Order: sequence, then C-alpha cells, then structure tokens
Amino acid sequence: MPDRLRRLRPLLPGLLFAALLLAVPAVSWAAPVLQEGEGGGGGTFFALIPLILVFPVVGLFLNLLFGKALGERWSGAIASAAAALAFVIAVLQLVSLRAVDYVAQVVPLADWLDIGTLHVPWAFQIDTLSVTMMLVVTGVGTLIHIYAIGYMHEDVRVNGDPSRFTRFFVYLNLFLAAMLILVTGNSYLTMFVGWEGVGLCSYLLIGFWYEKGAGGVGNARAGRKAFVVNRVGDWAMLLAMFLIFWMFGSLTFTDVFKTLAGIRLDATGQMTVTAITLLLLIGAAGKSAQIPLYIWLPDAMAGPTPVSALIHAATMVTAGVYMITRSNALYALAPFSMSVVAIVGAATAIFAATMAIAQFDIKKVLAYSTISQLGFMIAAVGLGGYVAGMFHLVTHAFFKALLFLSAGSVIHAIEHGHHHSAAAHAVGGGGHDDHDQAAPDAGGHAAAAHAEHSFDPQDMRNMGGLWKTLPITKWVYLIGALALAGIVPLSGFWSKDEILLDAWSHQNWLVFGLLIVAAFFTAFYVGRQLMLVFAGPPRTDAAKHSAESPALMTVPLIVLAVLAAFGGLLNLPSIGGWTPPGAHALTEWLDHTLGALPTGEHAVIGEGGAEAGAEGALNFVVAGLSTVVALVGLGAGAALYRGRPATSTAADPLARTGFVFTVLNRKWYVDELYDLIILRPYNWLAGFIANVIDWRFWHDWVHDTLIGGTYNNLSRFAADFLDRGVVDVAISEMPAALARGVAGGLRRFQTGYVRYYALMVFVGVVLVLGYLLFVAR
Amino acid sequence: MQPVPTLYYVALSALLFTLGVIGVLTRRNAIIIFMSVELMLNAANLAFVAFAREFAKLDGQIFVFFVMAVAAAEVAVGLALIVTIFRTKNSINVDDINQLKG
Repeated sequence: MPDRLRRLRPLLPGLLFAALLLAVPAVSWAAPVLQEGEGGGGGTFFALIPLILVFPVVGLFLNLLFGKALGERWSGAIASAAAALAFVIAVLQLVSLRAVDYVAQVVPLADWLDIGTLHVPWAFQIDTLSVTMMLVVTGVGTLIHIYAIGYMHEDVRVNGDPSRFTRFFVYLNLFLAAMLILVTGNSYLTMFVGWEGVGLCSYLLIGFWYEKGAGGVGNARAGRKAFVVNRVGDWAMLLAMFLIFWMFGSLTFTDVFKTLAGIRLDATGQMTVTAITLLLLIGAAGKSAQIPLYIWLPDAMAGPTPVSALIHAATMVTAGVYMITRSNALYALAPFSMSVVAIVGAATAIFAATMAIAQFDIKKVLAYSTISQLGFMIAAVGLGGYVAGMFHLVTHAFFKALLFLSAGSVIHAIEHGHHHSAAAHAVGGGGHDDHDQAAPDAGGHAAAAHAEHSFDPQDMRNMGGLWKTLPITKWVYLIGALALAGIVPLSGFWSKDEILLDAWSHQNWLVFGLLIVAAFFTAFYVGRQLMLVFAGPPRTDAAKHSAESPALMTVPLIVLAVLAAFGGLLNLPSIGGWTPPGAHALTEWLDHTLGALPTGEHAVIGEGGAEAGAEGALNFVVAGLSTVVALVGLGAGAALYRGRPATSTAADPLARTGFVFTVLNRKWYVDELYDLIILRPYNWLAGFIANVIDWRFWHDWVHDTLIGGTYNNLSRFAADFLDRGVVDVAISEMPAALARGVAGGLRRFQTGYVRYYALMVFVGVVLVLGYLLFVAR
Repeated sequence: MQPVPTLYYVALSALLFTLGVIGVLTRRNAIIIFMSVELMLNAANLAFVAFAREFAKLDGQIFVFFVMAVAAAEVAVGLALIVTIFRTKNSINVDDINQLKG
C-alpha cells in the first residue's frame, strides 16, 4: 500500500500545476465580477457559476490541442483538475446559497434566442436542486476522472491503441460540460442542449472502441442503439417543449411555474398538462432507461468502465429523475401522469431486477441493476416523493459508481491475471511486460493469444476466489454491494427505505409491492454476484493470478466507498422519538426549491399534516420489511451460489429452473420482441420505400420511363426528324446538291482546249452581234 | 479610174477574218494558230484603213499603227511562249496543253 501511494507522488505536481494553469485565467476573469457581486448583494459566489462550464471546456480544449504532446500524465491531470475545479465552484454555490437563505438565483449570461415571442436567455438556475446535481456530477465526476487515469492507462494498451488515451479525457470533459449545462440551465431549452450533449457523449464513449465488439461492429452498434433509442425520448421532449411554449409562452422554469401558480385549468388545459407530463415521462424514459426505452443501457456497457460508472450509472441516466423533479409543479397538476410515472418506475424496477439475476457479465448485472434502481427513483418522483427520489439519486450515484469502478478494478485484475497465466504458458515466448498483451498473435504468444480471443474478462464464471487477491477492491465492492442491497446502515438502505415509505404512506400497494419484490431480487443478485466474483476457489488461471489495481484506481474507490457507506447521513429520518443530528438535512435543503413552488410537493404532503410528520420518521414496519427482504435475498443468493458453479463451464445453479432462467438470461426476449415488432417492420418498410417506392417507382418509372423516356423520345424526334430531316436538308443538303448540279453542268465547258474557248468567244461575239444587229435594232 | 469600192475591202477583210477564225479553231499547231491570229489582226487592219479612206479621217490609220505595234509585241511574247511550251512538252500541239480543264 505505501508502495502504491509512492507511485502516485510524481502525479501530484502535475495535478497541482494543471489546476493552477486552469485557475489563474479563470480567477483573473472572475475577480471583477466578484467585486461587482459584493457591491450588489453581499459576498456570494453566484457570479462564478459560468466557470463551472468554463473549466471542463478549457480542459477539453487543452487536451484536444495539446493532449498528445502532453502525454498521459498531463492529459489526465488536466481533465481531472478541470473536474475538480468545477466541483470547487459547485461547493462555492452551496456556500453562497446558505448566505442568501437558500433563495433560488438566476444568473444570466447572455441572450440566446429571441425570435418573435420566444425569449430564451442563457442563464444559470442556482437553487438547492440544481446545486445538488452539480455537486454529484462534479464530485463523483472528479473521482471517476482520477480513477480513469489509472484504468485507461491499461485499457488503451489492452485494446491496442494508446493514442486514444487523450481522446477519452476530451470526451469525458465534454460530457461534464454537457451534463452541467443540463443541470444548470434555467429553461427547458437550455436543459435540452445539455440533454442532447450528454447523449452525444454517451454515444461517443459507448463506441469508444468502435472497431471492437461482436463482429468488429458490436460497440459501434451499441452506441448507435443508445443514440437511436434516445432519439425517441428526445422526440417526446421536443413535443413537450412545444406544448409548454404553446401553453405558457415561455420555456424558462421560473416563468412556467409562475404562470402555473395562478392558473385555473379548464378541461383542455388539464389535457395539455397531462400530455406535457406524459411526453416528459417518455423523454425521461429514454434518458433514464425506463420501460419501454431501457434497452440501450445494457448494450451501453460496451464503453470503458469509467464511462459506465460516470454516464451510465451516476449522472446522465439520472437526468430524467432530475427533469421530473424540476417539473414537479407540472406533475402536481396531472395526477394521472403521476400514477403512470410511478407505475412505469416500479415496473422497470422489478423487471430489470429479474433480468439482472441471470446475467453472467459483471457489468451487465450492474447495468440492469442501474435500470432497476432508476426505476426506484422514477417511482419515487411519481409518488410525489421528490426528496426520496433525489436522495436515492445521490446515494445511488455513490454506490453504483463505486460498484462500476470496482467492477472495472476486478476486470482489470482478471485481465492482468489472464495475461500472467497466458505468459506463463507460452514457453520461450520472449520477455513480457504489462503492455505487449495488446499485440495479438505476437511471436511465441500465438497459443496464448488464441486463448485470449475466447476469454472474456467480464464473465463472472471466469472469476471466483478474488477475495484473496484483491485486498482493497473486495472491501469497497462489498460496501457498494451491501449499500445496493439496502443493508442498514449503508446509504442505500436509507434512500430506498424512504422510497418504500412514500409508497407505503400513499397506500399505493401496487407500487409498494412491486418495489419490495424488486428490492428482494436486488439483494438476491447482489448476493449471487458477490459469491460468483469473490467466493470459493478461483475458477480460472486468470482469477488465480489476478492482482490489485494501482493506487490511482483504488484511492477514488476508497473515497467513494466512504460516501456510499455514510451517504445516508444526508437525510436521516428521526428514529423512534429521537432525531439524530443532521436529520432531514436533504429534505430541508431541497424544500427550499421544491417547497418554494406554489404547487410543489407541499400540495401532496399537505394532504394530511400528520402524514407529513410521519414521513420524516423511520417507519419500523417498512424499514423492518425492507431489511428482512434484503437479508433474505442476500442469504438466498449466497446460499445458492456457495461454491457453485464449480468450474467456469459448469451450469448456473439457477439453470435448474430451465425455461425461467433462459428467459431471464435472454432478458425476457425484449430485444427479440422489439426486433420483431419494431425493427423488422421498420426495416421492411424502409426496404419497401427504398426498393419499391424510391427505386422501382420513382427512379425506374418516374425518372427513367416517364421523364427520361419522354425526353429521349422528344429529343430523338427533334434530332432525327426536325434536325436531320428538315433543317439539314433545307439549309445544307439541298443547297449543296444544287451547287453540285450547277457546277457539274458548268464544268463541261471548261475543257482545257484553247480552241474550244476561242469558239465560245466566237459564238458569244456572233450572238452579241446578232442581237445588236437584228433584235436590238 | 474608178476607185475600188469600200465594200470590196470590207468583204475581203471579212473573208480574211473568217479564214483566220477557221484557222484558229481547226488547226492544232500552235504556230499556225498564231499565224491565223495574225491574219485576223490584219483583216481588222484592212477594215480600219478601208473605213478611214471612206470617211476621210486619220483615226483608223492611227489605230492600225497601234494594232501593228501590239501585234509585234504579241508575236514576241507568243513565240517565246511557244518555245517554252515546246521545251517542256516537246510538242506544240495545243491539244496537249489542256491541264486547265474543269
């Protein structure tokens, strides 16, 4: 461990210098703005908010322009420093909000769109909700950036293209900027800009190794799938925005919600609001991977693991939850949409949890788990439990990012072990170091390289026994997994409990039932995964030779593990009659935003004053039930997978259920179903339009036959008849024939015989004389 | 004594001219054609002189001198041409000189 820390040391001056490099111009720019702010309204840092975007953008441009020249250490340091500085800005916003008594601020930057009655300024919405998101995005983002320096160092070599290291950090900073636009924007349109930006980054990063994957196109296909599925959600978002503008005449949050406060909805207005909220739900379903648009997220695991952690677990996929929470005033007026949101979330939670049970890919399990947990959050906001949803969003960001990064560490370890065992088998295979694994079929490695092709370092069946070889990863993984399963007192327990409590206190037994069963499945697959990865003897040589990752990766893991363990402190309930210090912190904090709205959560909570009081307290029935469910699930998973499967090729213990396991393993055949009901008809229609309508009708018939044929016939007529038949004859052939005929007649007179000419002269003279003498007389 | 009537001179002139024409049209020897042309010229001279005497004017006689001068020049050129043609063609038959036919 000290040895590992020592390896970190050369990086520190780099980090510091990069931070300075970014901070000096930024602060010099901000200083006058700051003083202005002090003159206006006391010492706050709200004027600094544009910097939260400036840092990642500057970072990405530095890496874009100079990344290759700077080398891996600098490139990673700049990107991480940019993220860290953005985090500092976010913290400053938190401090400033305290100073102004949590009143929401809007910091205008520029007029963006001003078309007719559409006025969209580019402004920053700073309130407790957006600052929460900023803190999560930049905080978790910074840790993942640092982790990625270590992870990508190996990853680019394993995949055989070290030059892509810089590109990864360019994308990562771009993502950070887009995500921050999403959460800081003060209108639906600016949010949509970030919404699309993160979608783009997601696409770019899923397809980071675009030439890899099944058939050389697997990753590219996964990226495309994510992008296209998200288009469906974005289409709904756009429609929702059109409706919002149509109804409220503005897209900025404050305007819309202010109008909402004084509105009395008629039937049409009610329908419009319901339509808006349902369309927003579809948008959220696309981005946050809910039924029916969740299918892209499992495939998105094709991206490098830090991407899965940052984008596809902690931040981007929670954008839908944030958006619905932000629109809570709209949802409050559409109870039907609320119930749809709750049911979609709960159904997704249980549906995805069942699929996670039967996966073998360590990241796929986590992907389905993410979908399932997002379902919890969506269900929470659907129940009006915005605080619970946001609470779970935050804790989930901690423990799921932790789980993904730990999984990355595990994969890294297995790859390392595999390389070692492969190298050991290749007799006389030349010197090996950590990097030449990338070169396929290199020299004496032929046999090893062969095995490598079929070896999947992400397959949990190839693991086992990692408890002994991964001294740090095992503990952080355990913390993350138990937090996910909802074991008291880890963070996941508190947030999940609050969601369950929301369902309980609303007496929405359908949602409650679905969620509690989902919680059971969650605990079960967590137990299964822990046993498959860490317990028992190693099932492969790779697992046997695995080794812990460098400190650059484990330090962020430890920080995240602390957060995942103690994240529950953010919003502790009062237990029994006792209120622990700092209880309800997040509720009070978010209440400044959610409660400030005229028709916010208060309307929902306010239905019964007693209930509102009960929400803040730990309900021992619900908490007990969820704990029992979690423990039983964990226990069942652990018992079932204890020492099984014994080898990497043995069947899964659950495979005894036969059909059920197959269905779960094949993800309920949803991909196949979509293929059948959407892709096939779509492709058929596209083929029909292309081949029949476009090609045969439009091209062959309209163009070739109708237009081309007519034109050809016309021009043939003009050429053959008019030109050659009439014009040529009239102006060239006939005069030519005439001239030829005349000349042919005349040439007879020119014989060349002088006598003949003389005779002509003579005859002429005789004729002229005859004329003069006899006729003209 | 009665002067010879002008008509006779003119008739003789016409006869000589006709002989010249026939000579030019029918003969093939360039020299003879040349001589025929001279005959025609002199027939014209005779007519000039005859009418000069008839009308008691000197114009016709002066014309005759001009014609004789031109004829002399023509002889010089014409004979030179004939010599040159003979040298190239080895013949003075005018039917051999027909390269200008159409």
